[in-house]
Amino acid sequence: MGKKIVIDPVTRIEGHARITLQTDDQGVVQQAYFHVTQLRGFETFCAGRPFYEMPNLMARICGICPVSHLLASAKACDALLAIRVPPVAVQLRRILNLAQVVQSHALSFFYLASPDLLLGMDADPAERNILGVAGAHPELARSGIRLRQFGQQIIELLGGKRIHPGWVVPGGVSEPLSGEKRERMLAMIPEALGTAQSTLVWFKQNLEKYREEIRTFANFPSLFLGLVTAEGQAEYYDGQLRITDAQGAIVADQLDPARYAEFIEEAVEPFTFLKFPYYKPLGYPGGMYRVGPLARLNIAERCGTPLAEQEWVEFREIERGAVLSSFHYHYARLIEILHAIESILRILEDPEILSPHVRANAALNNAEGVGVAEAPRGTLLHHYKVNEQGLITWANLVIATGHNNLAMNRGILQVARQYVRGEKLTEGMLNRVEAVIRTFDPCLSCSTHAAGAMPLVVRLVGPDGALRDEVRRD
Amino acid sequence: MNRKKLATVWLDGCSGCHMSILDMDERLLEIAGQCELVYSPLVDQKTFPADVDITLVEGAVSSDADAEKIRRIRARTRMLVSLGDCAVTGNVPAMRNSFGTEKVLRRAYGDAAGALLQVLGQGVPQLLPQVRPVHEVVFVDVHVPGCPPSAETIYSVLRELLAGRKPDVTSGTRFGA
Ligand code: SF4
Repeated sequence: MGKKIVIDPVTRIEGHARITLQTDDQGVVQQAYFHVTQLRGFETFCAGRPFYEMPNLMARICGICPVSHLLASAKACDALLAIRVPPVAVQLRRILNLAQVVQSHALSFFYLASPDLLLGMDADPAERNILGVAGAHPELARSGIRLRQFGQQIIELLGGKRIHPGWVVPGGVSEPLSGEKRERMLAMIPEALGTAQSTLVWFKQNLEKYREEIRTFANFPSLFLGLVTAEGQAEYYDGQLRITDAQGAIVADQLDPARYAEFIEEAVEPFTFLKFPYYKPLGYPGGMYRVGPLARLNIAERCGTPLAEQEWVEFREIERGAVLSSFHYHYARLIEILHAIESILRILEDPEILSPHVRANAALNNAEGVGVAEAPRGTLLHHYKVNEQGLITWANLVIATGHNNLAMNRGILQVARQYVRGEKLTEGMLNRVEAVIRTFDPCLSCSTHAAGAMPLVVRLVGPDGALRDEVRRD
Repeated sequence: MNRKKLATVWLDGCSGCHMSILDMDERLLEIAGQCELVYSPLVDQKTFPADVDITLVEGAVSSDADAEKIRRIRARTRMLVSLGDCAVTGNVPAMRNSFGTEKVLRRAYGDAAGALLQVLGQGVPQLLPQVRPVHEVVFVDVHVPGCPPSAETIYSVLRELLAGRKPDVTSGTRFGA
């Protein structure tokens, strides 16, 4: 004897999804499903195309984090060429990646999540958006817009274009950095640093208000996965994979990303297009892990830049082991913005960065290549196989958002159990179920991608099929 | 003064065209001051309202849900704008056309594809056999090519439309760029 509640679509996330909650006869939520409702088929239609087209084609998976796909794809192509990318090109690619971390995190925090945080989870839905924020807190909205702009401008200065720049190529990048552009980037850094710091101060002062959300927003033990350097420092472009557990202990370390298939497997559930990767030794679903900002700050032993390091130390003091609440993805995102800006500055300060040696050339030398990078949302892998002519015969993509699929499903169950009770549904309850999804900042363009919205109708249907309650959000 | 009603929708695209809208940066606030954003992935409005003046559409039509949605939107919109190559030509999403839906599903899900095909239409929409550009499904008033069109172009298109003129995009756009 139970009821089915459908939330369709989830809004203010990047893509289209629907949530179904199943209650028992006491009105307690027993099951929760996060349905991702579209499929694009990149793995199919890249077959037969030349490998050097891949970076530009694969970038079109996602307009929010095209740089991550450019990089993972170009690195897979580097592996096909068996080439060593010139060190300056590596550093330039790093700046591009870090700039994207800034713009994507700023999008997630200011444009998508801040309406809940600033205006409240129960605020009027008509106002609960970035323009509502701009009305109520004009300075914060403007600085958020400018912070995203900072990241996008760096991408444009390097790549010639903000979205889908063609600048990253197999073997390196297509053009060196000019002194003039470097000066322009350096000039933009102080404002961005200031915004990152003041936003963190503001966020920390307000944490107390969200005690209930922190306690219930996908707050449970899981594994965490991400890239680290050989010394265990947070790493976004290269490095090896580390997995830690809820106590913060290392479960596996310095795993070669190219051998991902040995330790990651994917499950399929018939209610969603998005697959469920899990850590193979612990099985399904016990091998649930999380990736992205929260995971990266949990697995790292240090951050590596002075301001972010301080923040990271403070962050890790929240809990004895790993920080487990997904609400803290927001917090971690702000620390990563700070870290990314500091890292960009550090790389730009090296005079070598203007070196013209930015691309190595080679013929095809390997039949198979894997490329990895930390996308804003977590570890991203591209894996290609080619024939003698360099045409793709097989491709596999392991997408950041996919890694978090199990945890997102568990997370909505936890939040729904806490807030959705009994016969009466309120808008604020439903918004919290959506808000837990927003903490993960899922990028559904990446994994599948889908259409914007159909009307949100949440229905409480009794076991006899009779409609008990219905909420529409107009 | 009656402010014009603006909507933005997102069919099968990569969201890059929407990101390019955001790339107007602070000019976003200027545009927002001249119109009312009544429907968009960025706001919590769930039903597409009646009487929308301008709708920007990103992406191609690739599922039954997309097709249904764009028909409803057309009926409620005065000026429908295909924004970006996916909406204008089908672009990247249409690359699956030569393979067929079943092959795409099989490649992605292996043996589980059968089970998925059975539940399609329950948990998830039905993929159309062929991905289509928007104007093959409904009438489109303005086409803005680009992958994505630049923020500059989008800004000038919106300025023209908000002033009640039909924009000429020939100088500000090219396919793929
Ligand atoms: S036209 Fe280009 S940027 Fe726009 S949705 Fe399509 S692939 Fe993305």
